[in-house]
Amino acid sequence: MEATGPGARRSTPLILSAPAALLFASLILTPLLLTALLSFNEFEHATGRTHGFTVGHYLAVLTDEYYLEIFLRTFRVAALATAICVIVGVPEAYILSRMRNPWRSVFLLVVLAPLLVSVVVRAFGWSMLLGPEGPINAALVALGIGRVRMLYTEWTVIVALVHVMLPFMIIPVWTSLQKLDPAVEQAALSFGASRATAIVRVVAPQILPGILSGSLIVFGLSASAFAIPGLLGGRRLKMVATVVYDQYLSDLNWPMGATVAVLLLAANLVVMLTYHRVVEGHYRRRLG
Amino acid sequence: MSFLELRDITKRYGTLNAVSDVTLSVEKGEFVSLLGPSGCGKTTTLQMIAGFVDVTAGSIRLDGRDITHAKANSRGLGIVFQSYALFPHMTVYDNVSFGLEMQRVPKSDRKDRVEEALGLVHLSAYAGRYPRELSGGQRQRVALARAIVIRPPVLLLDEPLSNLDAKLREAMQFELRDIQRKVGTTTVMVTHDQAEAFSISDRVVVMEAGRITQIDEPYRIYEHPETEFISRFVGKTNMLPGTVQTVNGGYASVSLAGVPVEVEAPGVALGETLTLCIRPEKLRLAGAGQGRLPGRVSVRYFLGSQWLYHIDGPLGTLMAVTPNDGSAPLDVDMPVGIDWSPSVVRVHRGVMAEAPDPALEAE
Repeated sequence: MEATGPGARRSTPLILSAPAALLFASLILTPLLLTALLSFNEFEHATGRTHGFTVGHYLAVLTDEYYLEIFLRTFRVAALATAICVIVGVPEAYILSRMRNPWRSVFLLVVLAPLLVSVVVRAFGWSMLLGPEGPINAALVALGIGRVRMLYTEWTVIVALVHVMLPFMIIPVWTSLQKLDPAVEQAALSFGASRATAIVRVVAPQILPGILSGSLIVFGLSASAFAIPGLLGGRRLKMVATVVYDQYLSDLNWPMGATVAVLLLAANLVVMLTYHRVVEGHYRRRLG
Repeated sequence: MSFLELRDITKRYGTLNAVSDVTLSVEKGEFVSLLGPSGCGKTTTLQMIAGFVDVTAGSIRLDGRDITHAKANSRGLGIVFQSYALFPHMTVYDNVSFGLEMQRVPKSDRKDRVEEALGLVHLSAYAGRYPRELSGGQRQRVALARAIVIRPPVLLLDEPLSNLDAKLREAMQFELRDIQRKVGTTTVMVTHDQAEAFSISDRVVVMEAGRITQIDEPYRIYEHPETEFISRFVGKTNMLPGTVQTVNGGYASVSLAGVPVEVEAPGVALGETLTLCIRPEKLRLAGAGQGRLPGRVSVRYFLGSQWLYHIDGPLGTLMAVTPNDGSAPLDVDMPVGIDWSPSVVRVHRGVMAEAPDPALEAE
């Protein structure tokens, strides 16, 4: 009995959290640390050996417009994908929360469907659909508009990212909608608000925490996405994750790859923490 | 022509009639309560008045205007929800101001009216707080201020006090009535709590299984319940089955387990079975050997201002309530005599089954 009381041994919480901490340390922190260390190593192009200490890779990346452009493109694509996910996903979650079974279960499955298909299969599906000989271009030709190059453009990458990221937006928003008292919306209506006003002034502010977490997940995953930009962006439209891959496997310049990876992580953290602070700080007192 | 008129309104869900043929007239400034156990259709009726539930048949008129199918946001009614339904992301001030904003009241008037409403519910000092920083009673009052600030023709209260603890509930009952008197708003309240309905309503509407069974002043409903359901739902009652022995004009002598009792019962026949209902507080406990029936105290409960006794006797167990006047109570196992005045006996024709206390089921 004593172990469960207030007089329980001090070490109990430590022992209980040890397995998770150990797993976390060995599988996440260690590789991260090794990557960070690697990024400070010098690299000999002739021999491929890595040794010593240098900040040269960081200087090279931060001063090179080539890398700057790739970083900017990556964050632009991630931001646009996030914005579209909010615009599409939030109303979708609202409609889903208003549906009754069995339709709700059916449409929830439709929403989750992209996650059930392998990313490679999904990406090749998109390239077949959007390719020069694909059904969309065939239709455009038949309509007399002519072929449009869709593959290997930023927008294709964005559309494909939105497709797979939507569930990560819809689920948190849906969860916060479930917690909403339906009488609150009725109250807004009873005071003469139109349905649109009720949604904008009363429902939306309350599901903001859900939109916030959805945005963070979508942005983080999109900014570090590898397979979709790699397969649908082609060789020319590079994103940060594909550059890391190239550095490691084509140039065999592991320290350079590690540098880019560390910078991506840092930039991602900065963007996400700033966003979190700005949006959530605003609402913490109200919604608790 | 009444201010608010419900005429034969009915709500059907598939084959289930949630509300059947409810007809009710509410006068301007009146405080009317819909009272009944859960599932009796009282909340559905309120939601039809509010416009949140479609009316299947019948009509609702407000101040001469047909609002049966008007949209909820065009009716302009003030509603206090059971959960209060405050806007959690807005301050108390903004919550109260919301309805005025929707009515496009100019900003300067808005400020005065919000402050006036907050003053009425004694929350002027809390205007800048968020709902989650308030206690249950304070939230309740914000909900009330938010509903009355728009000066609605009708105020609808959906179990407004059911989320408060007992002491606060009693205090809020009187405050609610007080505010309603000051503002003079016609009010319809839904409740399952008879004490709440009785203490503050002008008239009480008792509902059972989707229908209205009695509309009357609280005192009359308590003293003259029209059905057995009401006499059991409203307060406690002793039910004594008996047979008519002799009939003499409007009076009859009824035999209760061999004890003859004179009651006023016009139109009954010889040999007919009747049920006599006597409220526990109308039984008088006298010394052993006196009164109409002998009995023995089996249990006693101390209720503060009253004593509740269970008395075993020839008619089974009877409940009796006596005021706690400061003298020593009766002891368990003490023999007593049970007496009552003939005028307090209510007669129902037929046999009533002793059903479980519906007030308990309503919780």
